[in-house]
Amino acid sequence: MSIGPARDGRADDQPRTTPPEGPAAAPSHGSLVDAHVGRYAARAKDMAASEIRALFSVAARPEIVSLAGGMPYVTALPLDAVGDMAGQLVAQRGAVALQYGPAQGDPALREGICEVMALEGIRAHPDEVVVTVGSQQALDLITRIFIDPGDVVLAEAPSYVGALGTFASYQAQVVHVPMDDDGLVPGALGEALARRRAQGQRVKFLYTVPSFHNPAGVTLSAPRRAEVLSICQRAGVLIIEDNPYGLLGFDAEPHRALRADDAQGVVYLGSFSKTIAAGLRVGWALAPAGIRDKLVLAAEAAVLCNSSLAQLMVGEYLASQPWREQIKVFCELYRERRDAMLETLGAVMPRDCRWTHPGGGFYVWLRLPPGLNSKSMLPRAISSRVAYVPGTGFYADGGGAEYLRLSYCFPKPARIREGIRRLAEVIDAETEIQATFGPSRAAGGGAGPADLTGPSQ
Amino acid sequence: MSRERGNELSDLGHVLILAGGLSPEREVSLHSGARLRDALREAGVDADIADADAGLIPAVITDRPSAVFPAIHGASGEDGSIQEVLTLLGVPYVGASPDACRFAFDKPVAKAIARAAGLATPRSVTLPKETFHDLGAGAVLDRIVATLGLPLFVKPARGGSALGTTLVRAAEDLPGAMISCYAYGDIALIENCIVGTEVAVGVIDLGGGPEPLPAVEIRPLSGSYDYAARYTPGQTEFHVPARLTPAESKAAAEAAITAHQALGLRDVSRTDLIVSAGEAFFLEVNVAPGMTETSTLPMALEAAGRGLGTVCRDLLSQAAARGT
Repeated sequence: MSIGPARDGRADDQPRTTPPEGPAAAPSHGSLVDAHVGRYAARAKDMAASEIRALFSVAARPEIVSLAGGMPYVTALPLDAVGDMAGQLVAQRGAVALQYGPAQGDPALREGICEVMALEGIRAHPDEVVVTVGSQQALDLITRIFIDPGDVVLAEAPSYVGALGTFASYQAQVVHVPMDDDGLVPGALGEALARRRAQGQRVKFLYTVPSFHNPAGVTLSAPRRAEVLSICQRAGVLIIEDNPYGLLGFDAEPHRALRADDAQGVVYLGSFSKTIAAGLRVGWALAPAGIRDKLVLAAEAAVLCNSSLAQLMVGEYLASQPWREQIKVFCELYRERRDAMLETLGAVMPRDCRWTHPGGGFYVWLRLPPGLNSKSMLPRAISSRVAYVPGTGFYADGGGAEYLRLSYCFPKPARIREGIRRLAEVIDAETEIQATFGPSRAAGGGAGPADLTGPSQ
Repeated sequence: MSRERGNELSDLGHVLILAGGLSPEREVSLHSGARLRDALREAGVDADIADADAGLIPAVITDRPSAVFPAIHGASGEDGSIQEVLTLLGVPYVGASPDACRFAFDKPVAKAIARAAGLATPRSVTLPKETFHDLGAGAVLDRIVATLGLPLFVKPARGGSALGTTLVRAAEDLPGAMISCYAYGDIALIENCIVGTEVAVGVIDLGGGPEPLPAVEIRPLSGSYDYAARYTPGQTEFHVPARLTPAESKAAAEAAITAHQALGLRDVSRTDLIVSAGEAFFLEVNVAPGMTETSTLPMALEAAGRGLGTVCRDLLSQAAARGT
């Protein structure tokens, strides 16, 4: 590299000679390969190739037990029945299914969505629902209509990587609020709001994943839900409740949604990615009228309208297929996988490791022994044929290196057990290296959300 | 067997590009393979991509290619493994033999051979992690800094794309750099940092002996030619030909040829050098050079007025004629 102090590397250690003879170097007019450098927006500066993405590319190979991705096990769907349903839909309603539709979404689907939300105590009118391209788009639209560059968003610590990427793209300032095994800590939330108020900063909204949190796996307890609502109501802070896993609890009935107890102060984001199929890309936002109107305008500007075919498929599925029973099938499947992961963690992990015990959803959040760094450990893990997501991707402030996320949704139980065994060996090897050299600091900085956003996040 | 594409004909028959693999450079390899496939097809060659996985051997046995172009970066693609497999299958391939790959892929071994052939190379130390464990990391690192000075490059002895590589300016950062390095392999190369012009010199041999391509000068805008700088368009400035004096250009070209020959390489290679004070310092050589949009070998071919597809087609033809 052409940087640093002058050192001559020749074996005989001769001092550096005079500068090379010849004409002076021409002004720099080389090729940057990309002809559009200098035109990109400032927010595009983090869109770059990264080591972390390179390692995840390897994780896609079947030789690797990937405990990284959050891909639902869609093959558990009755694919023949769904295929027949889709075929009939096109044959009988093709003129509608293959045509532009209303920006707010199909009216019959919006009614079906209200039925689904009723399982979590939510009473809503279809007019309050805006169908979106996955709940990821709903989050993007919400951020677009509320956030100016520099605005403050409160988010849990850790938080969903897709949300952090969205907030970063709109140049929000994210402030993390601690969680524990019962979810967001209300006292810490109150303190964060008070600090911002004292500094003259206005918090635009609190972003929370209250049920079976991605990545932490924890769930906001019922008493804390009431406290969080109360704190935000007093502070005049909007809550964005992102709830893709709410119906995927293994051990209890669905938790009552925050939105069920506050129709004006909570925007609820829902998704069919985990309860039906991620590839359909159908989610929604449930919002009071003023916000809803702006969401519809923003959605129109973004996509004109959602896929009519996908919406009608979901609507037809809700109307004609045993979707509640199918969710139970998914829950049993994911429960078996969760149990395989937790049992093996308990059997093989070093004593200094700690992890969450999710009651549903897809993820376990593991804390490494002191001094270990999940980002710098990842190449060793890939070499040992196991993949996870470093914790640094779930923090906007560079934190999280002592954590990693494990997902159990996709691999079969035997593969999960094998993957955890491999991971335990990786942690042992990393512990030995750390003992040799001292506590690990990730050379070159931690992986950030920009390194990790992708379809199966 | 001929294949007609527009007005172009290729007698080469069906060829395979191996791309992907299981190293951390998999993504780069997939991009290289895709670009190479497109270039070969444009040149009238019936080319497809295959990964080095459980499907490779059955596929080769079922539909035997006339030749293979290995484009897998990192271990298994560059350490001789895939070349051994292709030899076992009796399939001709482009590039170095398994033995030559083994010498070239191991940076300390390649440096030693280059030095023995008369090339300058930065002073360095090569150590497995066990040495630090057994002798005490602090004491060993102190001696390294005292002997080689700062700044230093810490890099895996076997690897590429700057993965696991750290430029260390302060001694207290050395332990962290060693940890990052050993995450990619068990042996580390710790090398003195030379100030100069970083250049890459491609070499191709189409039967008339190795010929150097124009040197490509590499200037990462951040100052660090790390993974992001290598594979994100817009983060590195390339000058082809490199802005060297005639004497420096000659030294760089000769160094690349010397490295190619001393290591017993074949068909194509890329040597990475630092040119400083009129001298070309050997860093490493690559037997499966990258072919992405930001890779230097295709840039050098273009500067030499040669097409990536036609050159690689000719290399494949040469390999096919050579047999195994």
